[in-house]
Amino acid sequence: MTTAAATVGAALSVRGLVKRFGDHEVLSGIDLDVPAGAVTCLVGPSGSGKSTLLRCMAFLEEASAGTVLVGGEPLGFVDTPEGRRRLPAARIRAVRSGIGMVFQQFNLWPHMTALGNVAAALRVVRRLERAEAEARAMAQLRTVGLEGRAGHYPSQLSGGQQQRVAIARALALEPRLMLFDEPTSSLDPELTGEVLNVMRRLAADGMTMVVVSHEIGFAASVGQQVAFLDGGRILLRGTPQEVFRKPRHPRLDQFLDTYLDRGAAMLV
Amino acid sequence: MNPALFRLLVEATGYTVALSAVSIVAGLAVGLAVATAMLSRRRALSMPARAFVSFFRGVPLLVQLLLIYNLLPSVGIDLPGIVAAAIGLTLCTAAYQAETLRGGFAGVPRGLVEAADMVGLTPVQLFWRIRVPIAVKLTLPSLVSEAIMILKASSLVSVVGVVELTRMAQDLAASTYRPLPIYATAGALYIAVDWGIAGLGHALERRSRWGRA
Repeated sequence: MTTAAATVGAALSVRGLVKRFGDHEVLSGIDLDVPAGAVTCLVGPSGSGKSTLLRCMAFLEEASAGTVLVGGEPLGFVDTPEGRRRLPAARIRAVRSGIGMVFQQFNLWPHMTALGNVAAALRVVRRLERAEAEARAMAQLRTVGLEGRAGHYPSQLSGGQQQRVAIARALALEPRLMLFDEPTSSLDPELTGEVLNVMRRLAADGMTMVVVSHEIGFAASVGQQVAFLDGGRILLRGTPQEVFRKPRHPRLDQFLDTYLDRGAAMLV
Repeated sequence: MNPALFRLLVEATGYTVALSAVSIVAGLAVGLAVATAMLSRRRALSMPARAFVSFFRGVPLLVQLLLIYNLLPSVGIDLPGIVAAAIGLTLCTAAYQAETLRGGFAGVPRGLVEAADMVGLTPVQLFWRIRVPIAVKLTLPSLVSEAIMILKASSLVSVVGVVELTRMAQDLAASTYRPLPIYATAGALYIAVDWGIAGLGHALERRSRWGRA
């Protein structure tokens, strides 16, 4: 499947992606297709490069080499016969408008209410009237079960509620693809469930998702594709059954041993 | 105190307040521009901004006022004293506010900017809707202190012929030979305005409840 050309029908394709921070190579030639309408989970030990890969997919990190195609359109850089050329900022915004991003730290804007956070881009970027933007924002808050918290500021919400507002904020712009960067890693264990439930529902509705997570149980039960990264490379890739099936790759076994308490026990 | 004298002092306080208010607001605008330039990666922007701040923070305000008042007419720009005073106070407070705001901008978490990037805000929209409100909120107590500093510093503009509260008090003290009650009243009027500014600051902080957990 790791052909040089991007696969037709992939929501997002990564080809030959390399990322260096100074002398340190974090990603060493990643090829990956994200199929539309499916959930792709990136798992691996800390420092394996999975978050960096996700951030490169959103062009929050600039890859040192390689390409990212979103719906067939290059994001950030385009390879030309004269070399690699950076696309203009407006082009980057246009391609990126198909992507919704959810961060580990939620990153809600503290000076806006939950409703304000969700409505902001509808008003500023989509230029909707206030009433129309707020109606749509309210509908999104309802899908994450937080219409009753619309007037609360982020500091008045629990971590799980903040992350659900952040998901609503990303969904409000009707992205074709959602990227989740360790969405439950900064939550107390009892709050991860409400966020994972929202993500499960989103997956069931057919949203294309890429999820970086330590929740192996989620990856195994919701993911259609799992990629196991180690040392900046994709070591294993396939359906959860293929990746987690015994006998397992020794690196994966070693990794899973450290996460057995996080819902992975069901797989063993 | 003679009510006529008191009324003169209150009127002069009006000048002090108006001059300070104009300078603080204009200084905030200039300060935002200078702070942004200081943080720019382009040296053609950051170097002049740094030079601006080090000059207006480093040279006494009294000297700045005399420079502006005497320099501009020599290049053919004739300024009334009150305008020279407003320009001097504005540039001085802009330098201090720029330095404060620079710290505020640096304190805006990177993730909040990335989130704004991801929903498609342009750099200009991001500046006004995310960076500025958060930086101002983070630095509000310092900005209020700076406003009070400028109110007090406005007493120096008498050197360019503006009769504000301090100058009026001096004039009245000299003509009545009763300096003590007059300076005491002037001091009380300054404190009254200080309280007004501090109260305004508190109201602004309360309005932005979002800072509190």
